[in-house]
Amino acid sequence: MTRPIVLPGELLASNPKVAGAGTYVDKGKVYAKFLGLLDKSETSVRVIPLKGRYIPSVGDVVIGIVREVTSNGWAVDINSPYQGFLPAAENPEMRPNRKPNDILEIGDIIIAKVTNIDPKMKVTLTMKDRMCRAVRFGRIVPINPARVPRVIGKGGSMIKLFKTELGVQIIVGKNGLIWISGDRRKVNIVEEAIYIIESEAHTEGLTDRITEFVKRRKGELNGQ
Amino acid sequence: MVSEDLNRLSGDIQLIVDGKRLDGRGFDELRPINIKVGVLKRADGSCYLEMGKNKVVAAVYGPREVHPRHLADPVKAVVRYRYSMAPFSVEERKRPGPDRRSIEISKVSREAIEAVVMKELFPRSGIDVFVEVLQADAGTRTACLNAASVALVDAGVPMRGLISSVAVAKVDDILVLDPMKEEDNYGQADIPFAFFIRNDKIESIALLQMDGRVSRDEFKQALEMAKKGAMEIYQMQKEAIKAKYMIESEEVNSDE
Repeated sequence: MTRPIVLPGELLASNPKVAGAGTYVDKGKVYAKFLGLLDKSETSVRVIPLKGRYIPSVGDVVIGIVREVTSNGWAVDINSPYQGFLPAAENPEMRPNRKPNDILEIGDIIIAKVTNIDPKMKVTLTMKDRMCRAVRFGRIVPINPARVPRVIGKGGSMIKLFKTELGVQIIVGKNGLIWISGDRRKVNIVEEAIYIIESEAHTEGLTDRITEFVKRRKGELNGQ
Repeated sequence: MVSEDLNRLSGDIQLIVDGKRLDGRGFDELRPINIKVGVLKRADGSCYLEMGKNKVVAAVYGPREVHPRHLADPVKAVVRYRYSMAPFSVEERKRPGPDRRSIEISKVSREAIEAVVMKELFPRSGIDVFVEVLQADAGTRTACLNAASVALVDAGVPMRGLISSVAVAKVDDILVLDPMKEEDNYGQADIPFAFFIRNDKIESIALLQMDGRVSRDEFKQALEMAKKGAMEIYQMQKEAIKAKYMIESEEVNSDE
């Protein structure tokens, strides 16, 4: 099931009902919107992007860097054209007599969730979620946001692989930043694996190759 | 060679010899084109393009935050296009920085690019396109537009289609496609075109400028020539972009 590469403006279908993500409709015809892989089925046509910026959507878990501290919250760089805002009330560490400055400083890294996006693309974040936390240790690996689904794998298979094989903690932000924590040498393996996934995301049989890679590197680690 | 230079100064250099152009091309032949995608590491999308002796690099950044902030548009992205010539790109050293000519070219090229970029998808953001001419040999604005279009695709920017651009000149009363420096300098007219091409079909004209004079019939003929040339360029642009990803997957297969 090799997926062909399509370029912007390529005609994909002449039935506007099948238009999916990554396509646009003009005069009843469906065209590709950006460079990507074509995923065509009977009922839908979509283009999986090969590159591109992260555009926030509600419910996404993102990793961000605090860029500004204000009296009522934090402005957070979420590796996207739009900055996120984390109101003070949305941080569970906030206590009535504490100021935002006491809890998060400029440069701190947080894992947050997108709660709201208004029509002007003002992004509101929250940290009131099981996954969310301020990152005080571990490693952040940046990748192309378009490759995030491959790093997660089908039904989280890649993440499961890293967790069970190497016993590291890993959280993948939808915005292309990945937090890994655990034994330093094992984290190194995960980082290498992630870079392989990033560069080969549009090829087939990736999961098997990564599984093999991780097992081999783990064997080397134990052998020494 | 002094006599040749004098000839040029007096303006009676012969540009068409025995039905061929000075570089041996036919009237409707393009210069050799070489396109390389993704040459700059830090840019979101980039492209190096050679069109004859023209050498240009394009870099695309964005969509990203706009600075200064007041330039941001609350309903759509702002597109910024900077055409710039390196001081060493022409025979006599050019003063660096924007001049009247490059500001004008930047403006018309930006408008051409805006015809295909889906700005409405990214309110309050900016898409920056930088093109630098490293070596100039007539038709740099068309070369730059071709490079910018490829770089935009490489950056994953949503677009309605591609921009392909080529010029037609009139020299010695004959229309020629993709003029080189001599034809541009000593010709009678120069008409750069840029087309919005979608699905192997020309949808509209995104840029059209002209200096010199041509008759109405000549103009119609020039348009047809440019359309044919642009389609050839379009195919090369497409191949160049696809080639980038093809090579990667071949390497993967050889690993197995």
